[in-house]
Amino acid sequence: MAQTAFAPWDDPEAKPLIEFRHVTKRFGDFIAIDDLSLEIYEREFFALLGPSGCGKTTMMRMLAGFEPPSAGTILLSGQDIAPVPPNKRAVNMMFQSYALFPHLTVWDNIAFGLKRDKLPKEAIEARVAEMLKLTRLEKFARRKPHQISGGQRQRVALARSLAKAPKLLLLDEPLGALDKKLRQDTQFELMDIQEKTGTTFVIVTHDQEEAMTVASRVAVMDEGRLIQVDTPDRIYEYPNSVYVADFIGDVNIIEGHAEKSGDGYEVTFAEGQPKLRAKTANGLRGSGRCYLAIRPEKIAISSQEPQDAANAVRGVIDDIAYLGNLSTYYVRLDNGKIIKAQTANTRRIAKRDLTWEDSVWLSWTDTAAVVLEN
Amino acid sequence: MRRLLLISVPYLWLLALFLVPFFIVLKISLSDTALAIPPYTPTLDLGAGWAGLKGFFAELDLENFWFLTTDDLYWKAYLSSVWIALFSTLLTLIVGYPIAYGMAQAREEWRPTLMMLVILPFWTSFLIRVYSWMGILSQEGVLNQFLMWSGVISDPLMILNTNTAVYIGIVYTYLPFMILPIYAALEKLDISLIEAAEDLGCSRFQAFWLVTVPLSKNGIIAGCFLVFIPALGEFVIPSLLGGSQTLMIGKVLWEEFFNNRDWPVASAVAVILLLILIIPIILFQRNEQKQREAEG
Repeated sequence: MAQTAFAPWDDPEAKPLIEFRHVTKRFGDFIAIDDLSLEIYEREFFALLGPSGCGKTTMMRMLAGFEPPSAGTILLSGQDIAPVPPNKRAVNMMFQSYALFPHLTVWDNIAFGLKRDKLPKEAIEARVAEMLKLTRLEKFARRKPHQISGGQRQRVALARSLAKAPKLLLLDEPLGALDKKLRQDTQFELMDIQEKTGTTFVIVTHDQEEAMTVASRVAVMDEGRLIQVDTPDRIYEYPNSVYVADFIGDVNIIEGHAEKSGDGYEVTFAEGQPKLRAKTANGLRGSGRCYLAIRPEKIAISSQEPQDAANAVRGVIDDIAYLGNLSTYYVRLDNGKIIKAQTANTRRIAKRDLTWEDSVWLSWTDTAAVVLEN
Repeated sequence: MRRLLLISVPYLWLLALFLVPFFIVLKISLSDTALAIPPYTPTLDLGAGWAGLKGFFAELDLENFWFLTTDDLYWKAYLSSVWIALFSTLLTLIVGYPIAYGMAQAREEWRPTLMMLVILPFWTSFLIRVYSWMGILSQEGVLNQFLMWSGVISDPLMILNTNTAVYIGIVYTYLPFMILPIYAALEKLDISLIEAAEDLGCSRFQAFWLVTVPLSKNGIIAGCFLVFIPALGEFVIPSLLGGSQTLMIGKVLWEEFFNNRDWPVASAVAVILLLILIIPIILFQRNEQKQREAEG
């Protein structure tokens, strides 16, 4: 049975859960958020991705109610949330530092928000038990935060922020304090919990791998503006700018001059080098100056000249980065330009024939490169 | 050997500055008054050898402690001291907590200055500061003059030489001891904890009551002990600011020593005072240790 894809952002009928309308946030002279509009839908796992200082945390704090926008409106289920104080919003936040109450046990931390709602005792107990089970913390209910590990603390923070069944859960760098292995496990756990509870998650992160793994859509931010909002695969395969292409994953950027040719362009990038062919759906507007963005894993490397390749250039291996599962070859072209090519290490190291100073051919198809204007 | 030497330093300190004086006072409290210098007997005469030592110990008795129970002045003075110390500790807490809270909320670059302002009065002699309170609180004092000038009162208030003046004096003198530990606790408080509490449905006040206060508990306890312990034996403030009806054990002690020249009874009063103080001191140490364990 084919699953219907979850894509409310493509559905013109769908009503967004959160709507930023021309939101601007200033701190003195500094503009943290610059006339930003964005729609986030129910049940989405939405990631705000960007370098530190790009305004992603400010957006989250505005959603939680800790910062009022300087201009524009933020709507939650169609209601302007500006006049609603943080303690009255159906929004909960998981803090980067977890902000667990050190004087309370795990159980009391999770029950904290429920007690504020004046729920009956049995209801609180049932809900806390449910949360403990969801985050597999049953054994630690009576411990204080300083008596459990970092990973467990992270789960307590998650349980506490989910306990009130918020419409929207905000996660501020939730996995930042965990080591890499634990972080990967926890990413899947987060996705699992998000699916089980059906809560809308908005996650702030500077780790692009994390954003790609967990999110249904990713917003790449820079200097208070959204650069691109799209699904992880589209962000990776069809970046809309050099900034996004460069920020997400590894990429070769080749600057050149484009000429229209058939359903794509021919790009001249250096003297004595063949023209590069790239198909593209969207045409260039400007003078013809363009950037080609090519992912290293889409470039094949071989010692013989490849037959029927749309693009092929010659170079010398300058350096090899061996990552275990992958190897990245840094190939220097005749004009000095370094191109990265990546191959999966499907064979044992002794069987591989390429080494330093070898003369090689790099090749890629005419759909591999993305043509970008700056 | 070196370790032993290192450990022995604080113990020698304790021995020289606490235990030796304490045993001297204890010995005097077991002696009898005499018209002599020093004004008590017996004095230890090592020249008489073993017999002299035996005679010395035979003459020591608990008579002075027994005397303290026969005159109700003493237990009333102890009780009244405990009450005054407790009440002024509470007042100091009520005044000190908001100040400490305000300091911790202040912008980072202002904090050292505020801290300096709290400590600054210590640079002046304690006695001079208490005397200046006499100038402020007396009937012709600054406070009464101001209140009469502004028309709040028509007759001067009687503040000096009452218990109120003693409370004012103690709160003023010991305020920094309350502020500093509370400030230290509040300054460490992570602001995101308060935000988390608000995010989970607390009002500002609830967040303060459920998060800020419990997390500054150790500072509050430390501050209260640091005020209560010296206030209990306070002598200068009640004798300068208090009236004839202000009964505090420190004052009684002074009068026994210098007015009555009854050193043995005065020493007995001091020994009992010390025993009373040991309870809160032990509790204080316990609190400190628990805090260290929680942080460790």
